[in-house]
Amino acid sequence: MSDAGVIHDIGYQRYEGPRLGRSAVFGAIYQHGLRASFGLGRSAKAKIFPWLVAGIVLLVAVINAAVKAQANIVLFDYYSFDDTMSWLVIFFVAIVAPELVSRDMRSGVLPLYFSRPLRAFDYIGAKFAALATAVFLLLGVPQLIMFLGGAFTTDDGAKGVWNEFLDLLPGWGYSVLWAVLFASISLLVASVTGKRAFAAGGIVAVFLMTTPVVGVLSILPSTTAQHLAGLASPMSLLTGVQSWLRGRSDLDLDVGDFGVIYGIEWVCLVSACLLLLLARYRKVASL
Amino acid sequence: MTIIATQSLTKTYGGGVTALSELTVDVEAGVIGLVGANGAGKSTFIKIMLGLLAPTSGDVRVFGLDPVTETDQVRARVGYMPENDCLPPDVSASEFVTHLGRLSGLPKTAARERASEALRHVGLYEERYRQIGGYSTGMKQRVKLAQALVHDPDLLLLDEPTNGLDPAGRDAMLALVHRIGHEFGISVVVCSHLLGEVERICDSLIAIEGGRLLRADRISAMTTASDVLAVEVSEGTDELAEALTQLQLTVTREGRLLLVPLTSESDYDAILRAVAELDLPLHRIDQRRHRVAELFTTKETADV
Repeated sequence: MSDAGVIHDIGYQRYEGPRLGRSAVFGAIYQHGLRASFGLGRSAKAKIFPWLVAGIVLLVAVINAAVKAQANIVLFDYYSFDDTMSWLVIFFVAIVAPELVSRDMRSGVLPLYFSRPLRAFDYIGAKFAALATAVFLLLGVPQLIMFLGGAFTTDDGAKGVWNEFLDLLPGWGYSVLWAVLFASISLLVASVTGKRAFAAGGIVAVFLMTTPVVGVLSILPSTTAQHLAGLASPMSLLTGVQSWLRGRSDLDLDVGDFGVIYGIEWVCLVSACLLLLLARYRKVASL
Repeated sequence: MTIIATQSLTKTYGGGVTALSELTVDVEAGVIGLVGANGAGKSTFIKIMLGLLAPTSGDVRVFGLDPVTETDQVRARVGYMPENDCLPPDVSASEFVTHLGRLSGLPKTAARERASEALRHVGLYEERYRQIGGYSTGMKQRVKLAQALVHDPDLLLLDEPTNGLDPAGRDAMLALVHRIGHEFGISVVVCSHLLGEVERICDSLIAIEGGRLLRADRISAMTTASDVLAVEVSEGTDELAEALTQLQLTVTREGRLLLVPLTSESDYDAILRAVAELDLPLHRIDQRRHRVAELFTTKETADV
């Protein structure tokens, strides 16, 4: 004779289910961060900028693929696509990195995180992985579109598709180098302040202020200075690494015999940024 | 069951500031009030229990676990509600509490279920789908409490849960804490600088001052021992005092009043009967239930 309209208060129930370990917690922060990078699960306002950037990048890739298919003119290859998009990548990380870390600092949510079974390493590792993945997707998906464009219009059948694919793989590798470097630098800058606008400004400043330095160094009379000029800015550093790895000297930047130094600086810069981030969050985590 | 045990726990910060000094206390399950003025060391104590700070010396055990070396096991069983504002404005309470549930190690669907359960228990229903930025202070405090409950802890550490609430909000929050402690079967440590507030809902009380333990005991032990009956008769005060002394009651005179400590239930009736037998005009009889606050005041003045 129970009345269907009655709401029963079932009282408090204890949780008997599984409790997952730190790797699952890492995964949860990573997933949350990756979604937040593209404004998913956030207000419409938070979606505008990431999708605007993603839209432009995709559009460029589609145009590039179409021009190549119709007129057989190559506007960009997989490498120069990344170099050409550098401004958009800078603006993307300038918006997304503060969204990932400054926001947590601003709202004071960190004590809630660090009173749970996770450590500074899990937090910053997952945030870094999320931002690096987001930047990689920003570059890698358009590269995939370029590949598809090339693969469907190839005249050599399966062999042509395979050759195109062999071009795509190092292109993706280059995008990974971009993603890791840009994610580590921008997160470090963003972790300094809880104010999103300051963090975004700081990130843009770090990337853009270094470009004139490269310009000045590269017109010095010494060839050594010219070869090393690219070390001063993250964008030219990546071009330098590319020159070194591909053994090319006809790119915008001539690294001479110093290619390996570009490689070393890339590794050192990424590790230094991540270690500083970890040190910073060790301190924050102890409140 | 002892849930928290400390052994001469001491915490000294870098600049030589001593936040906790030789704190030794055993805490039984239940609702525990942790009282002390601002800067007495309450928050430091909580952070040590969460493994956020390492003690300078001494020993602390939460559920028999050491928060310094077994941090994850301790944190999985403890929920923490900080004093400060700690909610992002641009997400809904439901999403936020779900996310924190996952950070406590709950699988995705379980986290979602537990989050809506926890929000329901603190009294947030349809509002939970709105963004937190539009909430009142009272609702925000409830969200903070819900995120501490989401992973079904065995112990809640609440740092000033009534901060910023109006009197009605305070009462509601205290009632909720009382309910969590007594109906949900979760032990609760409530930090407050307002003694009168926590004594209403707590089973036991820990008072600290300047990092030192002032007193730790069950509320019942603190109050029953100090129940005193004040009797005033218009005439025949001496006769009554004599009669009561013969009944093995300790009588003290305070002006026109007779103060008789109540040691058992029957004392009250015995006193009334004595007054009636002597046929004295009873002017006033009232039970002075000492509030815990008075215990501390007397102790403090005694120290001076």
